[in-house]
Amino acid sequence: MMDQNQKQLKLKGGIFSRISDTNLLLTITIVIFLLMYTGAIIFQGQGFTKPQMFFNILNANAALIITACGMSIVMISGGIDISVGGVVALVSMCCAVYLDHHNGSILGSILIALGIGLAYGIVQGTLVAYFDIQPFIVSLAGMFFARGMTTIVNTAPFNVADPEFTKLKQTRIKIPGMGSVNKKGMYIPAYIEIGVVVALVLVVILFLVLRYTKLGRSFYAVGGNKQSALMLGVNVKRTKFISHVICSMMAGIGGYVYFLHVGSGSASHAMGMEMNAIASSIIGGTMLSGGVGNIVGTLFGVLSLSTIQNIVASAGLDEAWWTGITIASMLCVFLLIQSIVIRQKKRALKS
Amino acid sequence: MEKSLFKKITGNQMFIPLMALLLLVVINLVVDPGFFKVTLGTNNAGNPVLSGYLITILDYGSELAILAIGMTLVTAASGGQDISVGATIAICGSVMLRVLCGTNPRPDAIQAPILVAFLVACVVGMLCGAFNGALVSFFKIQPMIATLILFTAGRSIAAWVNNNMLPIVPDPKFAYFGGFIPGIPVPTTVFIVIICIVITILLLKFTNLGLYTQAVGINEKSARLNGINPTFMKFLAFVILGLCVAVAALIKVSRISTINYSVIAKDIEMDAILAVALGGNSLSGGKFNMWASIVGAYVIQFLTTTLYKFSVRSDALAAYKAVVVILLVVFSAPKVREAVGSFAKKLTSKNALKEEA
Repeated sequence: MMDQNQKQLKLKGGIFSRISDTNLLLTITIVIFLLMYTGAIIFQGQGFTKPQMFFNILNANAALIITACGMSIVMISGGIDISVGGVVALVSMCCAVYLDHHNGSILGSILIALGIGLAYGIVQGTLVAYFDIQPFIVSLAGMFFARGMTTIVNTAPFNVADPEFTKLKQTRIKIPGMGSVNKKGMYIPAYIEIGVVVALVLVVILFLVLRYTKLGRSFYAVGGNKQSALMLGVNVKRTKFISHVICSMMAGIGGYVYFLHVGSGSASHAMGMEMNAIASSIIGGTMLSGGVGNIVGTLFGVLSLSTIQNIVASAGLDEAWWTGITIASMLCVFLLIQSIVIRQKKRALKS
Repeated sequence: MEKSLFKKITGNQMFIPLMALLLLVVINLVVDPGFFKVTLGTNNAGNPVLSGYLITILDYGSELAILAIGMTLVTAASGGQDISVGATIAICGSVMLRVLCGTNPRPDAIQAPILVAFLVACVVGMLCGAFNGALVSFFKIQPMIATLILFTAGRSIAAWVNNNMLPIVPDPKFAYFGGFIPGIPVPTTVFIVIICIVITILLLKFTNLGLYTQAVGINEKSARLNGINPTFMKFLAFVILGLCVAVAALIKVSRISTINYSVIAKDIEMDAILAVALGGNSLSGGKFNMWASIVGAYVIQFLTTTLYKFSVRSDALAAYKAVVVILLVVFSAPKVREAVGSFAKKLTSKNALKEEA
């Protein structure tokens, strides 16, 4: 990575050689998101001009933002974790059962969520980093295990009735000056849920960790080139291990935020969330080959993904299949952009 | 001498799947010897059929075995896996039903010959494979991510093809492919698998497919320097997998004569990848052993059937499977094998020292 950057600095021709991979892909993502949102406001009008529309996207996707950030870290260090969706479902089911059937406390349920995340991270991290097993296979088994365990814990989906929890679930943080007036002339303040605050705080923390700490830089180093990272004195195995622990912890926290948003436990919760998390990471400019990526990009990836879903829904294409098809075609477009950009860059470096 | 023989056996690629199979057989023998009973009975239509757990395994493992053939090639050539096979099965099945039933979900007779429907499905399957293959080989996108596109869109496209209706094929002949042909007591799927395997043998024996695929998987650059076109080989592997998917879709759809877009072939991509991994094939590409993959597929079906027999709920099945998979993968990991090997060496050398003393 470092070496490449220095080379790029020396080569002062062409836009592709002056900007690093991470920043280039991040810029593309943010520009496309802004274009998409303005496009939505121009063509769809009504809904998208209200700030609450934007906050609703955040409210509905707080859990996805958290898990996608964890996913980005694993992907930056060259791995992958497809068990996150399963972990989210497992966490929400365990917390629901604990709260309702065992009269548990809120603090206890939070500890359960963190504990599940940590346990998953340690097991998967050990298998991947110290036993040298492919991360895809390990997390595949992890996903199977989580989904299966969820139904073993409890089969039937149910809503949590615990009063303390419901109170927490319905807590709305009002944002002054962003509200709107409805048809009856009443002023409705704009709000976000607690999960959004958690998500944004985590995004900032992870961004700072990736940018300014030794650990964060070693994620990039390991993902970019394992061999050179080893020669630079980075503990490759420990770095990989930590990346998996962070990812699973984020999945645990994401699971609790998801639980806070839906307020129920079900085995079919968060189906396909791992794919959405991977897709948002990629849209946000993280490359699966490792070494390139940015947490802010991931945040914008999630936002782009859900904005396009909203556009599709409000354009009247509400048959269920359109969502899948649009997400997939968007993923396809971004992958092609990445592929072409990287190819151009290679060519620019060569000449 | 004995040690070298031991090493030879444990070093063989077929060792892991065969050991797993043996273990499952022994467990079943101990728990219930009746597991292996095969009886000749008659089904609802009054035709003679073989029944028993073994037949079930052979029957229901066939889609997996067919997919394992294609998946092995894709894994070997590209060093990645295709996770869209389940979704592509849904697309192929949906197209097949669309051709057979037309726009009317409850037709009195089929609108086109079954062969035509199957051929159209094959073309669609190969197109899906070509799409994945183009992304992987021409645009150099990692296979898992490239196939993620069809994975997310596949079932939606399948529902869209039939306008979300669930057509039922009226012709009883269509059910032969996933069931029994009157008069023949062996499930038809077994014959389909045999045909597929024979074609694969011929392909591997009389063409350079196997050699070239491995060459590309082991080292793309040196393969190109030797005059092999790596881009084309990767593309070809995905197209072949597309064909396998179409055959699997025929069996899947034929079993119930209709389709359920969100459930059909669910998680089969995971099973197919596991079959390849269980067969001891490196998931990062290179050398492959087709037989080990096919045996691996049946071992996984064996495991599934065994778990069902112990009355494990179908939705909890995944948890048990995951434990088995992790154990298998951990024991077959080179690191663990080395550690066990050195431990065994230490033991034997200690014993030898004791004997000397």
